[in-house]
Amino acid sequence: MTTIDIKQQPVARLEWEKVALVILLALALIAPSFVYPLFLVRILTFVLFASAYNLIFGYAGLLGFGHAAFFGLASYAVAQSAKTLPITPEIAILFGVFVSAAMGVVFGWLAIRRQGLYFAMITLALAQIVYFFFAQVEWAHGEDGIQSVPRGHFLGLIDLSDNMVMYYFVLGVFLIGFLFLLRVIASPYGEVLKAVRDNEARAISLGYDANAIKLIAFTISAGLAGLAGGLNALSFQLASLSDVHYLLSAEVILMVLIGGAATTIGPVLGAVVVVAMQNYFAPFGAWVLVFQGVIFVVCVLTMRNGIVGVIDMLAKAWVDKSGKAY
Amino acid sequence: MHDVFATQTTHAGAGGAAMLEIRNLEAWYGESRALRSICLDVRDGEVVTLLGRNGAGKSTTLKSIMGMMRKRAGSIKLYGEELIGCASNAIARKGIAFCPENRGIFSSLTVAENLTLPPIVRDGGMSEEEIFDLFPNLRERLNTGGTKLSGGEQQMLAIGRILRTGARLILLDEPTEGLAPAIVQQIGRVIRRLRERGLTVILVEQNFRFAETLADRHYVIENGNVVDSMTNAEVPANRDKLAAYLGV
Repeated sequence: MTTIDIKQQPVARLEWEKVALVILLALALIAPSFVYPLFLVRILTFVLFASAYNLIFGYAGLLGFGHAAFFGLASYAVAQSAKTLPITPEIAILFGVFVSAAMGVVFGWLAIRRQGLYFAMITLALAQIVYFFFAQVEWAHGEDGIQSVPRGHFLGLIDLSDNMVMYYFVLGVFLIGFLFLLRVIASPYGEVLKAVRDNEARAISLGYDANAIKLIAFTISAGLAGLAGGLNALSFQLASLSDVHYLLSAEVILMVLIGGAATTIGPVLGAVVVVAMQNYFAPFGAWVLVFQGVIFVVCVLTMRNGIVGVIDMLAKAWVDKSGKAY
Repeated sequence: MHDVFATQTTHAGAGGAAMLEIRNLEAWYGESRALRSICLDVRDGEVVTLLGRNGAGKSTTLKSIMGMMRKRAGSIKLYGEELIGCASNAIARKGIAFCPENRGIFSSLTVAENLTLPPIVRDGGMSEEEIFDLFPNLRERLNTGGTKLSGGEQQMLAIGRILRTGARLILLDEPTEGLAPAIVQQIGRVIRRLRERGLTVILVEQNFRFAETLADRHYVIENGNVVDSMTNAEVPANRDKLAAYLGV
């Protein structure tokens, strides 16, 4: 009898997702020739932020309502350290990731014992503390934020002041963060995380410490949100209160829901849609928020699992029609 | 009729020290008291059933052993080590595996992922190949979503995945409920295999005819108390009494 290694069996789930990710990567490599690089930087940082949030919202089932705290904390940490210390940008970013992850451990430890609305409220309250901290401390310069942050030289060698160079630096760092996240989701740990989300009591009685599992996810998510915030601050040479504002926490939920939670490509598509909308609708001023609201309502009412859900449905219909095995 | 405690002492004494000793176990669902005073012993390598009507406290006893009842009191000792106060995940790591009545298959994981998810707590668990020998259906359905399986297959998966972990005490909560007779027989064969391997099994069953073909001993639970116990050999002489207990 042949031995079956059950780990090696292919999993037929969202196969188009991988193809789409490869196409998007190819697009990302050539896009700055056609599109303003800093706009693309914004997309990349928000894709990373939304994907990080998806780890706790989609895969751990935790509706956090304060993820901007991690994005913003790293944003300020990177801006202030790059401005005042003689360090290279990658060290500043690592510092930002570290402080976000450390705050993730503390906030996570306080919040994960509660579920649903209570979890959301605790994370919102903690994030508001962070917001008011940066609104008060002198070195954060209140409404003005930390401006004119120097981008510096990558590894002390490559000057990042050119937008094109900055874009490829951000793309490289983004890929490290994003691939790490994909690895986490596909790892045995990722399976346990999904199991805890599906049926926490059963996962515990099989021998897993659900709170520890969720805390690890929360910390990874906070660290990666920090990576996104740090890249954002360095690229735009600015850390401001809008980076820690609760509206940003709401926006990231919106991105994940529009794209499709608990899928790898959902937050990517959601972030692209929301950032593009903000950018191209900018001439309408505050009306952007109204458009966002309308789109959000339409998405929630008509697309149960976001854009990914719609593509899944179309792919299935196409396969059924053409009679091919999917 | 046997005196419950005398019977326990006799049986526990006959085959050496008890693996699991439960004394005066009480448990509550909120304010409602589900277990009043459960006392029972299970020896290494035994198959013991908990019989009783719906709501008697059989499943609650298993959940209490597993640490899944928020409020419990008394004493549960595994090889002399007290389990009251231990977290449920820590109890699983000591080598007790539980297959709940609702099976608890994770819907977003495939059969293969469900099967390999539980952590290995001890050497000597079954290999995947051995599990597929017991449940050939699972081999064919590895990439299927866990909850897309039929009820019987889900039960096979729920039992199969805990056999990998190397647990030495297996708690099965009504594994045959609502299943076709052929699958019930298959699960019966599996329980016999577990006994041959020297594993200890506590089986909660409503289906007494199924239980008596497998078990070494039976405990009858009523209103959160153990009201009777007997060896399988004593069953023929006590059929009427059992029928009265179980209302069959």
